[in-house]
Amino acid sequence: MKIDWAALGSVFGVSLVATVALVGLFTLGVVSLTKQEAATQAGGSGSLARTGAYACFALCAAAVSYGIYLIVT
Amino acid sequence: MEHITLLLAIVIVTALVFDFTNGFHDTANAMATTISTGAMKPKTAVAMSAVLNLVGAFLSVEVAKTISSGLVDESGITPEVIFAALVGAILWNLLTWLVGLPSSSSHALMGGLIGATVASVGFGGVDGGVVVTKVLIPAVAAPLVAGLAAMLAARLTYRLGRKTDQKATAKGYRAGQIASAGLVSLAHGTNDAQKTMGIITLALVAGNVLSPGSNPPLWVIVSAGVAIALGTYLGGWRIIRTMGKGLTDLQPQQGFAAQTSAASVILASSNLGFSLSTTHSCSGAVMGAGLGRKGGVVRWSTATRMFVAWGLTLPAAGLVAAGSEFVTKQGDWGVAAVAVFLVASCVAIWFISRRQVIDHTNVNDTDTPAEEPAGVVTTAIAAVTPPPAGDIKTTIHAAAEPEPARTATV
Repeated sequence: MKIDWAALGSVFGVSLVATVALVGLFTLGVVSLTKQEAATQAGGSGSLARTGAYACFALCAAAVSYGIYLIVT
Repeated sequence: MEHITLLLAIVIVTALVFDFTNGFHDTANAMATTISTGAMKPKTAVAMSAVLNLVGAFLSVEVAKTISSGLVDESGITPEVIFAALVGAILWNLLTWLVGLPSSSSHALMGGLIGATVASVGFGGVDGGVVVTKVLIPAVAAPLVAGLAAMLAARLTYRLGRKTDQKATAKGYRAGQIASAGLVSLAHGTNDAQKTMGIITLALVAGNVLSPGSNPPLWVIVSAGVAIALGTYLGGWRIIRTMGKGLTDLQPQQGFAAQTSAASVILASSNLGFSLSTTHSCSGAVMGAGLGRKGGVVRWSTATRMFVAWGLTLPAAGLVAAGSEFVTKQGDWGVAAVAVFLVASCVAIWFISRRQVIDHTNVNDTDTPAEEPAGVVTTAIAAVTPPPAGDIKTTIHAAAEPEPARTATV
């Protein structure tokens, strides 16, 4: 009986980092988007916040695409 | 498709039935949190999951060559053994569905295979070491990994978003959650529909219809994909309720964190060579996300019942399969007897389930299923209970948005 601790460890590490990074990124995006809305309502442009939000969402979309790629291959 | 004997036909139909139960048993994995946080309407959610399961079934041409992952010696496997294994797995799936507990369909299938093999050729046919490494350790590791990831992610998202308005961000989290849930559905279709394809192919090879090592014929791929999608669409509402509402109360942030964690764990584990059960990962993620919110609680009594079910999955499915194999070995009448037993049990379980119907109308009710058979009144009350607050908020929010614009034009 041989337990593949290395594989288990890497699953543990990768899942942890991927989840926290993705959720963090997405949260940043959502938060920036609400900030942008608030800024627009206050009369500002809020374009920096919006760009930041879109950048975060783009990265998340890339991660999802990579996930689909992993499923397909 | 020629030369298919009656026995082989029975095995194929049984495998498709298993595929179907697998679909509706595992709808909860992808969609329970999506439904309970109100990100999608129940029917829409299961429909999306069903479509993605179907797509997933066709996505990959890499077929699971060994359905049992080396658990049992596959060389001596006969259609009868596969049939007995499937009977054990189906009955366990239906029984856990009846009590509304998520449990791993793959473990049920493995248990069935082990039991049937032991009854067929004895304990020598089973590799005990593989049972530990492929079943026991993943069962402990999956909820821990997914739970920890979901808990940290939920903490992080609450911390980052602490200055923002809950209502404004909920929509965003719901969108993210739907994406993660879709990924889980897709991965499930690819993995689990292929498992059934592998079983049917193995049965066809064992019955000398296909040559060993050949790929599954198209009709096998199509029927397995359709069976799992139909099962998913039917929705195992009892399990969805337990996972979405029974284990803990989830807000959109937590639902998003849980689903993302589940998707990451499933994809990481299947690509890094340490396979973890979808069900165990998702349940763990839900509990972790529950703990990740300040004041969040996990209902440990429900969780404990679930853990007990996980522990029982392998031996229970194995025992039923062993018994079935013992009877099928007696000859044709044995196969017929087991088939009748299977159908009768399924019908019985269905009738018991009708005593208290749980479907898309009351899937989000928080009350725990009554111990005694519920009467007409309970069902009626359940049917008219308003949807949870989250749902109403979104409707109001969405309806309220175009209002200012209209007044401006007037």
